[in-house]
This record gives sequence, C-alpha cells and structure tokens, in this order.
Amino acid sequence: MTIFDLDFMRYALVAAVMVGLTAPAVGTFIVQRRLALLGDGIGHVALTGVALGFLTGTAPVATAVVVAALGAVAIEMVRARGKTSGDVALALLFYGGLAGGVMIIYLTPGESTASLNSYLFGAITSVDATDLWVIAGLAVAVLALLAVFGRELFVLCQDEEVARASGLPVRFLGLLIAVIASVTVVVAMRAVGLLLVSALMVVPVATSQQLTRSFRTTMALSMVFGVLATVGGLTSSFYLDVPSGATIVLLALAGFAVALGIGRFVRRSRTGESTA
Amino acid sequence: MSTAFDMTAGQVTIDGRKILRGVDLTVDDGEVVAVLGPNGSGKSTLVRALLGVQPLSGGTTLLYGRPPARFREWWRIGYVPQRLSVGGGVPATVREVVASGRIARQRRGRLTSSADRQAVAAALNEVGLSDRAGDPVSSLSGGQQQRVLIARALAGEPDAFVLDEPTAGVDSGSQQMLAETLSALVERGKTVVLVAHELGPLEPLISRAVVLNQGCKVHDGAPPTAVGTHALPGHDHVHPHEPEPAETTLPGWALAQEKA
Ligand SMILES: Nc1ncnc2c1ncn2[C@@H]1O[C@H](COP(=O)(O)OP(=O)(O)OP(=O)(O)O)[C@@H](O)[C@H]1O
Ligand SMILES: [Mg+2]
Repeated sequence: MTIFDLDFMRYALVAAVMVGLTAPAVGTFIVQRRLALLGDGIGHVALTGVALGFLTGTAPVATAVVVAALGAVAIEMVRARGKTSGDVALALLFYGGLAGGVMIIYLTPGESTASLNSYLFGAITSVDATDLWVIAGLAVAVLALLAVFGRELFVLCQDEEVARASGLPVRFLGLLIAVIASVTVVVAMRAVGLLLVSALMVVPVATSQQLTRSFRTTMALSMVFGVLATVGGLTSSFYLDVPSGATIVLLALAGFAVALGIGRFVRRSRTGESTA
Repeated sequence: MSTAFDMTAGQVTIDGRKILRGVDLTVDDGEVVAVLGPNGSGKSTLVRALLGVQPLSGGTTLLYGRPPARFREWWRIGYVPQRLSVGGGVPATVREVVASGRIARQRRGRLTSSADRQAVAAALNEVGLSDRAGDPVSSLSGGQQQRVLIARALAGEPDAFVLDEPTAGVDSGSQQMLAETLSALVERGKTVVLVAHELGPLEPLISRAVVLNQGCKVHDGAPPTAVGTHALPGHDHVHPHEPEPAETTLPGWALAQEKA
C-alpha cells in the first residue's frame, strides 16, 4: 500500500504542496523586510482566534484568519508609527495572543487546552475535501497578490523611504503584506501548527540564501525547498509514524544545515579561483 | 521656468524636538543646490521633507507645484538616501536594486520593458558597475554600494535628483566620476539638490548653496569658496546619524560669509 491509496493522505499531500509554495514566497518578503519573526507573532495571535472559534461555536479557521489579520494590521501600525520598535511590538503580541488563547479556551465549556493541540502542532492528515478547497483558494490568492504587487513590495521591503519617494502607496502595501502573511499563517497552521508556522516562512528562505545571489532566485528556490520539506516531511512521517508538523520542520532545518555547508564550500572555491 | 521644490516656513518636529525651524527653500528647474551644515543640523531632514517622506509639522512644501500627498508624477524625482549599506535581509543583485529605480515608471502588473532594461544598463555603466551587475549588493564595498544607490536614481531617468551625501565614503576617483555624471545631467537641464560635507570635485557644478545650522537656514546664495575644516583631508563623514552636538559656527562658512 502506498500513501496515494488513502484519501486523507492525498488531501494532505495537496495541502502540503500549497503550504510549501506559499509560506516561503511570503517569507522572502518578510525576511527582506527584516521581520523574520512576524509569522511567529501572527501565529500566537491566531491562537486567540482559534479559541474564539471554540467559544462562539464558529469554524476556528475562520476566526483565526480574522483575528490574525487584525493582529498583523496592529503590528504594522505600531511599527509604522515608529514609537515602539517592530520586534517589541511583535513580542507584545506573542504574549497577548498565547495568553488570550489559553484563557478563552479555559472559559469555553467542554473544552480544555488539549483542544488546541492540533492547532498548535498541526494535523495535516485531518484535512478534508472542503478544507482543501479553502486552502487552495487562499494559497492561489496569496500567490496572485504577490505576483501583482511583487515589484512594489520588493521596493517597500528593501527601503521604505525610497518606496515613499517613488510615490508607492506605502501604507497600503505595508498592510497588504501583513494581511497576506496572516492568511498564510492560517493556511500553514493545518500543516505544521501555529507554533511552527513561521519556520516554513523563514527556514526555506534562509536555506536558499546560502546558495543564491539574487532576490528572484532566492524566492524561487525557497519555494522549491518549501515543497520538498512539506511533502518529504509528510511522507516520511507517515511511514515512520511520527508527528508530521515536527518532521516537516526538522527536515527543513536539515536542509538548511546541508545548504550552509554547500554554500560555504562553493564560496570558498570561488574565492580560491579568483585569488589563484 | 517651473519650480521643482518649493518649501515655505517648513517645520519638522520629532518627539517634541524642533528639527527644522521654519525653512524657506525654492529650487527652480535646472538649479544645482548644495545643502551644507554640520552633523545633526537637519540636512537630511530638510531633503526628506522636500520630498514629503518626512511630514511637516508646520509650513508647506510643493513638488512641481503640488503638495506631496497630491503629487502624481513621482517618476520626475530620483532620491538617493543617506545609507551606510543597501539594506534588506535577502540577497539582491546590483541589477535588481538598480532596476527598482524604475518603479515609478512601471505600471502594476506589466512586465519589464526593453526601455526599463536599457535605462538600467545605462545607469550601471554610468557608475562603472556593469561588471558587478550580477553580484549581490552585500558583497560590494560601502563606496560601491553608494554608487549602486546613485545608479538606482539614475535608472528612473528623473527630472530632479535629490542626493543625500552621495560622496560620503566614496574615493576621489569615484567622486570625480560622480561629478562628470552630474555635470552631464545638469547640461541636459536636470535639477539637483545635494547634501554634502565636502564638495570636492562637485564644487564647480554648484549654482547655489544653502547652509543649515540647528534647523535654521543661515546662508542661501553663492557657494562659499572657502576651505573649511570639513573639507580637510582626513575629515571623513562615513558615520551618518550619530548623535553629535551641533557645532554653533563653521569657521569656513563664517569666513566665506565675511568675504562675500
Ligand atoms: N527619526 C528621528 N527620530 C528622532 N530624531 C531624529 C530623527 N531623524 C532625525 N532626528 C534628529 O534630527 C536632527 C537632524 O538630523 P538630520 O539627519 O537631518 O541631520 P543631518 O544634518 O543630515 O546630519 P548628518 O550630517 O549627520 O547626516 C538630529 O539632531 C537628529 O537627532
Ligand atoms: Mg544626514
């Protein structure tokens, strides 16, 4: 029997490809903007959203998207005002989001923090056909927005002041990237869980940076690494019977370690050539 | 003749501190204006306010006759900010950064045109970095990165250049190159506002100098010819935005004003 014989694994694999493509694509802009931990901040806030879903009896994914987007907008506004630095704003949301989620789930009759587990650590094999359509729709929307606004987002993430002096709608673009990031976080939540979500936005980017020189190839290669990690991690977790989210992230980190070694080697031989 | 920049009683207040205290500055088309003054006197703040990047707390500023919020022809402006390095957490090639200078001329969702590519190639050639186009900017020296920022502004083919210390940390050969580039632009009628500590080879190009001190304009007119302490060799300004106490007098400028 192979994994393709099982419906739930087929769904999980498609979801894994979607997540593996979108998270690093968004992550490239976020890392470029030096907000690598933004995904973590949004992930923690999304937990409050998930808990609110339980409390109000609505779909946790829907409440998570809304609350995560609001959180991301709040982070962006605090950052843009410049009174508190971006990382401090993020830290405040980390704590608030996590504490809020735990408190709300405690107040929800019949639920306990155990209900949050699959959201915290991921449960990609629980994705059904309906979920898949939602995930696919969101992933396509995210990639389409990045394609349309990519050039402007590159300038924004490179140098906000230059973006402003080029007449770009800086405030809109800042909010756009924040909202795109929060949608991505909620999409990726199913695969690796909120606590590890940011790893998929950052690690593949860090991995491909070891091997690339341009922004464009960094982004493309990080998407390849993202898919390799999600699909490879999901498959091996199935055969080894270990948690999928953790396997995906550990595989991504292993990829980073290998790329680090290769990058060092390539750079050394390159400088060796030029001095020879 | 039209007016590129027109600031009236421009004030900037940051955290309750007055950084610009009512500056009037008009720059006509084709002028080459140098903004001079000690560290922390508000030179960068002034040019950022001229562009609308830094909001005013009082007074008004116009870009080609319109307030920045209603200005639409941003392709007419090329800005070289004061930076120690070309930022970003992801590698980007010299060509990618220079190409981003075309952004104000590009329509959303359109592919890069051949005009874009030609302008980028010309800009790279102008600053002598064509052979480094495919290298990551972070692998370049500070002075070379400064040239990348200049090339980015050139690539946009604007009417007015605003350059914040384009010569900081740049060797004399490259300063000479920049002077030649700028004089070619000036001959074609372009407008230039540039912040500098030492004018060096740029001096013959300057049609007017504005001197700031503690957020006030203390001189506006003929470029002083005197050689002040700031022009002495070894007096390098490669450390922008360090909190330094503002000097109250600039011996060189004071001398020049007496002579004038
Ligand atoms: N974002 C900011 N927050 C707080 N203070 C600022 C900010 N930007 C500028 N300032 C203050 O405004 C004053 C003028 O700064 P500005 O950068 O315009 O000086 P400058 O003349 O360009 O100096 P330099 O020669 O070092 O580049 C300084 O005292 C600086 O501390
Ligand atoms: Mg300055």
